[in-house]
Amino acid sequence: MTDSKYFTTTKKGEIFELKNELNSDKKEKKREAVKKVIASMTVGKDVSALFPDVVNCMQTDNVELKKLVYLYLMNYAKSQPDLAIMAVNTFVKDCEDPNPLIRALAVRTMGCIRVDKITEYLCEPLRKCMKDEDPYVRKTAAVCVAKLHDINPTLVEDQGFVELLNDLLSDSNPMVVANAVAAITEINETRTVVKMNLQTVNKLLTALNECTEWGQVFILDALANYDPKDEREAQNICERISPRLAHANAAVVLSTVRVLMKLINMLPENSDFITQLVKKLAPPMVTLLSAEPEIQYVALRNINLIVQKRPDVLKQEMKVFFVKYNDPIYVKMEKLDIMIRLAQQNNISQVLSELKEYAAEVDVDFVRKAVRAIGRCAIKVEQSSEKCVATLLDLIQTKVNYVVQEAVVVIKDIFRKYPNRYENIISNLCENLDTLDEPEARASMIWIIGEYAERIDNADELLESFVEGFHDENTQVQLQLLTAVVKLFLKRPTDTQQLVQRVLSLATQDSDNPDLRDRGYIYWRLLSADPAAAKDVVLAEKPLISEETDLLEPSLLNQLVGYIGSLASVYHKPPTAFVDSTRAPLRGAPAAASSASTSSATPAAQDAIIVPTGTTTAAPAQPTVIPSQDNIIADLLSLDLNAPAAPAPSFPQTSTSVIPGLDDLLGGFDATTSSNPSIGGFSGLDILGGAPAAPAAPTSSSAPLGDLFGSLGGSDTGSIFPTSTGLNGYVAPKTNWLDATRGKGLEIQGTFARRAGTIYMEMTFNNKSLVPLSDFAIQFNTNSFGLTPASPIEPHVIQPNASLEINVPCRTNGPAAKTEPLTNLQVSPFLRENEINVVLAQNLILNSTKN
Amino acid sequence: MINSLFIVNTSCDILLEKHYKSVIHRSICDYFFDVQKKVEHPEDVLPVIATPHHYLINIYHNQLYLVAVTTTESPPLMVIEVLHRIVATFTEYFEECSDATIKENLVIVFEILDEVLDNGFPLTMELNVLQDLIKPPNFLRSIRNQVTGETNHSEVLPTGQLSNVPWRRAGVKYTNNEAYFDVIEEIDAIIDKQGATVSAEIQGYINCCCKLSGMPDLTMTLMNPRILDDVSFHPCVRFKKWENERVLSFVPPDGNFRLLSYHIGSQSMVAIPIYVRHNVVMQSGPAGKLELIVGPKQSMGKTLEEVVIEMNMPKPVLNCNLVPSHGKYSFDPTSKLLLWNIGKIEPGKPPTLKGSMSISGTAELECPAISVRFRINQLAVSGLKVNRLDVLGESYRCFKGVKYVTKAGKFQVRT
Repeated sequence: MTDSKYFTTTKKGEIFELKNELNSDKKEKKREAVKKVIASMTVGKDVSALFPDVVNCMQTDNVELKKLVYLYLMNYAKSQPDLAIMAVNTFVKDCEDPNPLIRALAVRTMGCIRVDKITEYLCEPLRKCMKDEDPYVRKTAAVCVAKLHDINPTLVEDQGFVELLNDLLSDSNPMVVANAVAAITEINETRTVVKMNLQTVNKLLTALNECTEWGQVFILDALANYDPKDEREAQNICERISPRLAHANAAVVLSTVRVLMKLINMLPENSDFITQLVKKLAPPMVTLLSAEPEIQYVALRNINLIVQKRPDVLKQEMKVFFVKYNDPIYVKMEKLDIMIRLAQQNNISQVLSELKEYAAEVDVDFVRKAVRAIGRCAIKVEQSSEKCVATLLDLIQTKVNYVVQEAVVVIKDIFRKYPNRYENIISNLCENLDTLDEPEARASMIWIIGEYAERIDNADELLESFVEGFHDENTQVQLQLLTAVVKLFLKRPTDTQQLVQRVLSLATQDSDNPDLRDRGYIYWRLLSADPAAAKDVVLAEKPLISEETDLLEPSLLNQLVGYIGSLASVYHKPPTAFVDSTRAPLRGAPAAASSASTSSATPAAQDAIIVPTGTTTAAPAQPTVIPSQDNIIADLLSLDLNAPAAPAPSFPQTSTSVIPGLDDLLGGFDATTSSNPSIGGFSGLDILGGAPAAPAAPTSSSAPLGDLFGSLGGSDTGSIFPTSTGLNGYVAPKTNWLDATRGKGLEIQGTFARRAGTIYMEMTFNNKSLVPLSDFAIQFNTNSFGLTPASPIEPHVIQPNASLEINVPCRTNGPAAKTEPLTNLQVSPFLRENEINVVLAQNLILNSTKN
Repeated sequence: MINSLFIVNTSCDILLEKHYKSVIHRSICDYFFDVQKKVEHPEDVLPVIATPHHYLINIYHNQLYLVAVTTTESPPLMVIEVLHRIVATFTEYFEECSDATIKENLVIVFEILDEVLDNGFPLTMELNVLQDLIKPPNFLRSIRNQVTGETNHSEVLPTGQLSNVPWRRAGVKYTNNEAYFDVIEEIDAIIDKQGATVSAEIQGYINCCCKLSGMPDLTMTLMNPRILDDVSFHPCVRFKKWENERVLSFVPPDGNFRLLSYHIGSQSMVAIPIYVRHNVVMQSGPAGKLELIVGPKQSMGKTLEEVVIEMNMPKPVLNCNLVPSHGKYSFDPTSKLLLWNIGKIEPGKPPTLKGSMSISGTAELECPAISVRFRINQLAVSGLKVNRLDVLGESYRCFKGVKYVTKAGKFQVRT
């Protein structure tokens, strides 16, 4: 007896047959017919033509038949709203039925029929059901309010259902409380209608112990949105929910972790209580890793956050993250990430031997990641670098193509972290030159050759062999090759003159790529104008790369830790950045999107901030520059900059926050523009338009550079570009950084300017509140420029409706973070005790660096 | 929460769709199919997939995917748990959850899906309550229904729904009262080439089968409760009592359930009861060689049973010509799975598998990892022991029994 019998068809046509059966007098036959209808419906066949016949079966005492008809109604009411009205009477009658199961079923089904006319009739029965004597009906009614809100939010508020729902929070039955919480949470997502207070929190905590596992998740997630007033309260909540960590349901465990991680921040650091709590966190997290792979995945994504926030939680548990060969690939990748995060001096040898094992697996992506991971170990744990390099060399010996290429890329990073230590392996690398066919590996190898040209006897031959096929190379490789040859020339000027000339002419005359051409020109000028300066610029000492390059930005991390167990935690993006399309998604987050968590991505991304091209705000400010075309250019440029920075090329020598030299400027330039060659021509012009910016570059060689730009602009493109406007350069107009509504009455407009070599943050504070504002302080988050305020804001008082100009001189020698997202500078003015965060949009940064 | 649920199979057919809120067109599954087509193995599909306006949270089970669609920020772990619970429910109803059983029982599946979630929130997930509401299909019952005109649906409110012990039905009655407990421990381990343990953990469970009348209140004491420091309990266990006195006190659900699961981490020493010595030469032509020796190690006086060795050979391996000293071996040339079923390992001579392999091509091959299965009866490798079980609240005498089993979980030997 299976349901497949419902699909047998006869010649006369299925619908006709069913119609007859539905109108049959025999109950049994009717029921079978409805079953057939449902079976057809579930596989997507259209049986809406039977609507009146099915609805006629609704008035029955048979619960099963009733349920089946309800199923049908839910599916087709929308397409037949007029006929659906026929059902209303039965619903209303059922809501009065003595059997609570029927009452609940009726109110539940009515909520699922998304027809306006029916919802009108729903209100009265629903109100009654919310006060029903049977908790089963009440809990069903609570959910129904959420359904109604989804269909018609104003109706719910006008009819006072929110208050009724709020009353259910104090219900005697924990299941009713849990469902009310779930409904409120869902309604709050569109608009906050009910706020948590101490009283409700206490009720929830009581209900927590007695309701179902799912109810516990709802309650815990609701608790996560509550901010306790003081330490004592926070500690109390922690104590009451921590037993949930031993629950068998993974969702309960993770939601508990979420609340605990949030509340821990409120408690005094280093207290015994925290130590105890942190100890309790580790075992349940580890347990999640023995669950189904899908659960493991979500758990691992969250562990990734927790480990970044509190590395001590899982430091003993390295072994559980070891990869098993039959783990799904997504679990393998996540485990690898966490292994690197937990790698320390005391466990590094274990980790390395594991990684070596993984590099011999079959899955290409996984192997690549494992090889990269070895490089990251070397950079992270200095004591292990020797071992890592040896391991990488072993891997290169395997001659497996993708392993070799990946190894070359990471060895380049190791060179950048530990210069002058492992150069003896260069000869091994050179042996594999021919096998490299991926642009990134080729570019890395060329960089290595250029950087260590003086130690490689046949460096000129090697580079020459690359130059042969110059035009067939990827842009990334071409740019790298250009730089490498110039480096070689500066190191060994005697025998490489021909080579450098050839490359420069290839780059400037035979190439269509504006980035390449511009870089070529600049090198050319530089070399012919002042070889000594060229040496200073091109061979300038590079800053070391930092150890953790894929850490989340601290403020983002803090935000995400508050969302543990949610989709945001899986995507490592704040919830505002996705989910609801009505909320404006974060623009200009392309840097975050390229989650290539490798160190080589970092310099490229950093380059993006040194883009000298104008943005939408900059372009209108230069109307005199290109009078007839500025609108087009503005459009094109904005297009270009908002496009996600396509595969950002890596420029190993440009990783600094203090702009070291010219090739940085250009490196950055092409990082964004190369993605769209068709408008590259315009951007190419624009770099010249931006020439006044160049003199401000804080290096000793700024003067000749200015000269260079000036003359280049004059000679090459005619007189449409104004000459340098002196040291101050262009200042973007002030834009609104902080809206009065978000700043509790404080409005800030600001911009960045450079005067006499110093960066100033110019701000206008407008007091739009009714009380005087005072006690301002300013704090920058650790940003990619190393920008910090040089002096604190002087004490001021702003009267209501008054405004104040504040100029804050900035230094660029603060700690520089190499993190993602890189293009946001966050400035936090403190106002009394209220902290206001201002996240400056990407374009502001672009302007600020321009000056 | 869950907006819609789709059940799709590995060949990209949508078996069923169920909408808990507004209807989302089934074309949303195209995003899922795109991802599915890209992966090599069906189980490699990422559990959370983002599309422009929706999130697809999916699980894979037995050639089927359950795809939940959500539009709002909802806890993915909860969705995944719900999906797994639905699979478990289907398995309980139809013996297995597969393409065929779903298609055969579409109406019941649809009824169950309607009952488990309401507005995307979990409504009735407790299996015993669900079985009260919708009776599982059963040949005898369907004949009886035909005769008496009864239906598969209960007409009364399921009693478990609202009581303080939602997991237990009221008015349970048995003529023979019995309670059986299975202590099952699975060893997850990675053994390296040299035979040293890279990592070893124990995943333990206590599964129960309680057929007790009325509302019995059980108390179980363990010999060495200190072993359990990382435990997850069934909701019926009174946590306070465990924390304070280290005894398990609970009113059990009726029938089969998992009382608790525990995890013994890599920090404590785990005894490895088996060793596998291997000598594999992966060379092209007929020169490929394979030699395996399996034997007991620290077996604590118990015998290893149901020992099975599995190797997923790389594609160039064409065939194997092996001789086992014990048991049977098979090699499937299409799936490249080498299976050696040894069975019981008697003390004395360790079983061996020796012979040659024919391998095509000249590429150097990595030898695949060896996965091992075994079973040791009457032993919990962690040393966990149940001391006694008391039944309170009911006056009858009942049969009690405890069984111990140690099994291989994800047990692999690298080569």
